[in-house]
Amino acid sequence: MYPDNLYYSKDHEWLRLEGEEAVVGITDFAQKQLGDIIYVDLPQPGKVLEAHQTVGSVESVKSVSDVYSPVSGEVVAVNSELSQSPDLINKDPHGQGWIVRLKIKDKAEVNNLMKAAEYEKYLEGLEH
Amino acid sequence: MINVIREPLIFEISSPGKSGVRLPALDVPEKLDVLDGLAIRSDLEGFPEVSETEITRHFTRLSQMNYCVDFGFYPLGSCTMKYNPKVNEKVAALPGLSGVHPLAPEKLAQGNLELMKTLEKLLCEITGLDAVSLQPAAGAHGELTGMMLIRAYHQAHGNPRKYVLIPDSAHGTNPSSAHICGYVVKEIKSNEKGTISLEDLAREMTEEVAALMVTNPNTLGVFESDICQIAEIVHARGGFVYMDGANLNALAGVTRPGDMKVDVLHLNLHKTFSTPHGGGGPGSGPVAVRKVLEPYLPVPVIEEKDGQYHLNYNRPQSIGRVKSFYGQFLVMLKALAYLLALGPAGLREMTEIAVLNSNYIRHSLKDVYHLKYDSPTLHECVFSDKFQKDFGVSNLDISKRLLDYGLHPPTMSFPLIVHGALMIEPTETESRRDLDLFIEAMKAIDREARENPELLRTAPHITYVRRLDEVQAARNPVLRWEKK
Amino acid sequence: MLARIGVDSVEDLFCCIPETIRLQNLLNLPGPLSEPEIVEYFEDRGKKNLYHRYLSFLGGGAYDHFIPAVVDYLSSRGEFVSPYTPYQPEVSQGTLQVIFEFQTLICQLTGLDIANASLYDGATGAAEAVLMANRVKNKKRLLVASNVHPEYRQVIYTYTRNLGLEVVEIPYDRQGRVDQKGLESAFNSHTSVLLCQSPNYFGVVEDLETLGRLAHSHDALLAVAVSEPLSLGLLEAPGKLGADIVTGEAQSFGLPLSYGGPYLGFMACKKEFVRQLPGRIAGQTVDAEGRRGFVLTLSTREQHIRREKATSNICTNQAHCALRATIYLETLGRQGLKKLAWVNLQKAAYALEKLTAIPGVRRKFGGPVFNEFVLEFPSDWSRIKQKLEEREILGGLALGQDYQGLEKCALVTVTEKHSREKIDRYAEVLKEVLK
Repeated sequence: MYPDNLYYSKDHEWLRLEGEEAVVGITDFAQKQLGDIIYVDLPQPGKVLEAHQTVGSVESVKSVSDVYSPVSGEVVAVNSELSQSPDLINKDPHGQGWIVRLKIKDKAEVNNLMKAAEYEKYLEGLEH
Repeated sequence: MINVIREPLIFEISSPGKSGVRLPALDVPEKLDVLDGLAIRSDLEGFPEVSETEITRHFTRLSQMNYCVDFGFYPLGSCTMKYNPKVNEKVAALPGLSGVHPLAPEKLAQGNLELMKTLEKLLCEITGLDAVSLQPAAGAHGELTGMMLIRAYHQAHGNPRKYVLIPDSAHGTNPSSAHICGYVVKEIKSNEKGTISLEDLAREMTEEVAALMVTNPNTLGVFESDICQIAEIVHARGGFVYMDGANLNALAGVTRPGDMKVDVLHLNLHKTFSTPHGGGGPGSGPVAVRKVLEPYLPVPVIEEKDGQYHLNYNRPQSIGRVKSFYGQFLVMLKALAYLLALGPAGLREMTEIAVLNSNYIRHSLKDVYHLKYDSPTLHECVFSDKFQKDFGVSNLDISKRLLDYGLHPPTMSFPLIVHGALMIEPTETESRRDLDLFIEAMKAIDREARENPELLRTAPHITYVRRLDEVQAARNPVLRWEKK
Repeated sequence: MLARIGVDSVEDLFCCIPETIRLQNLLNLPGPLSEPEIVEYFEDRGKKNLYHRYLSFLGGGAYDHFIPAVVDYLSSRGEFVSPYTPYQPEVSQGTLQVIFEFQTLICQLTGLDIANASLYDGATGAAEAVLMANRVKNKKRLLVASNVHPEYRQVIYTYTRNLGLEVVEIPYDRQGRVDQKGLESAFNSHTSVLLCQSPNYFGVVEDLETLGRLAHSHDALLAVAVSEPLSLGLLEAPGKLGADIVTGEAQSFGLPLSYGGPYLGFMACKKEFVRQLPGRIAGQTVDAEGRRGFVLTLSTREQHIRREKATSNICTNQAHCALRATIYLETLGRQGLKKLAWVNLQKAAYALEKLTAIPGVRRKFGGPVFNEFVLEFPSDWSRIKQKLEEREILGGLALGQDYQGLEKCALVTVTEKHSREKIDRYAEVLKEVLK
């Protein structure tokens, strides 16, 4: 169910490599945990981030969840459609619900992330 | 309370020219040059215009859409929804007390100052602490004030320190207050009994920690039996023990925070001392402290000398003001009236019955609803929806169904350490008959969860409105009426 | 009940409390008193308050206005007095709709887009306003006009002291207004906000349009505190003049003087700052059958969800006071509020003329006023004040302890409760006192 072309973090972010850049969002598991998303706090383009640093936050009616950057890099674009339609994350978490686009600092960091099968296993572990 | 007419917004029934009150005519000569230099508004666009009859019906109908303690059982955990004696309202409305300007000369307000000083003394006796400030406006405001006192002490001793320790079972205001006071919050995990782990505390308690904030009994209703050792660990490293007094209804007259070596405590007069919640305030959150923190209390401080009361503003070490004037004076009067009515034996009895009622509910429902922690509890008990979850029913559904039974639901939003929490605090207000009604309703709802879970998921069914769409409210906020 | 619990005595329920800290005796407390004894106790203390014998011209953030009977009558209904915060909207539509109406009224008065459900009082409102501006602009320098209520400024200092913020006070000019030269030199690139008050502590109405322009030209917000909101029945809405945040004290709207509390803080702001607004907010939505209803909304700003990252630690606020203000404003209505504001303005103007006609008494500041003004006397106010008190008149508030150079001055407040006869009496007595 989780796309093979994505990388996954333990904090339930996904990352898609596009050349020197990466697109980042939260996983289907994360959006289901949150429920209906009502607001996404987006960073300013140009913001430089370390891996695991907060890149923004996602809010449902009764909870707030920080979104962490899975790798180090600089924010080059944000999904501004989310300001009008935060529910895109609920509807299409791995596609139209992307959150930021980063210019990656060190591609090797991507190797620290999980592949789809690994992530699915990780999720199974969480459910127990 | 269900058969009410759909009540429009006042703005929707407004018609030009109406007013609900006749004002006196101007008795001085009118001058127009007084407007010179002023930016004057052309109109009060959209402001309502209705008659006194319309006002009265509007608010009477609105009132009938509210559930309240005067109507029935209100077991909202940690909120202490006890009955509000009516004589308290009467005395707080006495014009001789409520009509005094806050900046009136002290000699013209001796009665009010005496009443405040008396309440301070009674709160010192009840808490076992040395001094009280009545200034904070509510519990969270008292927390903030208390943390500021701690910070001011540390600052005066060379290092404000960096961290505040807070158990994971705490109410959200605790970390928020510590943060606004400039501290970094470190969370302490609860142990399997639901209380603070001494080992964890000893490890985290360094000389960079300003204070431990502890709620006792905690939000599970469990008394921190190791409180004296906890205080020792914190004091050994030069820290302070801050106690959130939200749950004092479990302790008053039975034990005293001061005797547990607590250094600072805030009280909620709108919880333990029966002042009404008013649909969300005004509350009142006095702070009680040990002698060493007294110099830092907010100004002014009420002092008594030869039977005369005096406001002292000259307190160089004070944190300053946290509010204008002296606090929520009328709320203080209600709390004082309550204490005078109870007397010492009555206060103890209040606590005993509150604890008895809570334990009665706990033992009546423990086979029907899941209890995550089986430690003994005092004034409240926390169940969860774990058993009902199997039928696809959550604590929210159970709560909404209770509304159909004419009962107010328990607290659900915390403690965060119990998933699907149902935190029940009956208070001493309820008779055995009322408790049994609640217990039977909870049992019936459990049966419904098994037999007809949909009934719960779509509850409530017979209230003025059905379940409301909170997602829409937050996604497309409509926060005021606007003329179409 | 004990049998069901499985204990022999109530005492056993407290076994989790160590014996060493359990009280062995009853506390040393007065009572129990019977109901008539309680009433008598409080009535006796009321008699010790000699304030009521005096003719008072005190204001300064606490105003003695007429309260229509319907306000007391409706607000004392148990359904309004005895519920908790409306966490269960299905059985709290009364409270929630009242908050929604209150928010609307505050928006209409202030000329801003959104308002919250209330704050503790005007002073904490002012502190919350500068903290909010700091969050919006993320800059650490906060400018506060020195003619903002002294107690509001003290609370701002208390709130900001531990947060690494820099509070700079702006002097006032001969008009009693914010000194524009002093203001311009105080702005720098780190400035988040200018907080001023209008009418200010001297009763003078500020030139908000100019202040707003100055603040915005330095990429800062203009926050306006209003301690006498009745003035908004007459004066242009601050939001229309450039204010980004308007906060204040709404005690004037149906709350008795109450020796200082409970009062009613309010706050309104532009729509784009909604996520930084502190306190509870009610919003409109629909129920499962599509009917209009109201809920508390945008709660992720608040402490119970965001914990240490919340916009404020406020939890319980002043809902019942907001209810009283709502009933008050809706009772007066559009015409009533305008008329009452006009009456206050005219009476103050009459009093100002009458008092300054006395030899030696002059108006201190030239700026336009609403229902308060500062007078300067030939000698220290404290001496004159004492003589007036001997004649059972409270002639105004001293300014000397808060403002150097204003030792001879007093702030005089006039409301609709001061008949012409009362104002004339003050003038007569003052004339005698100054002879």
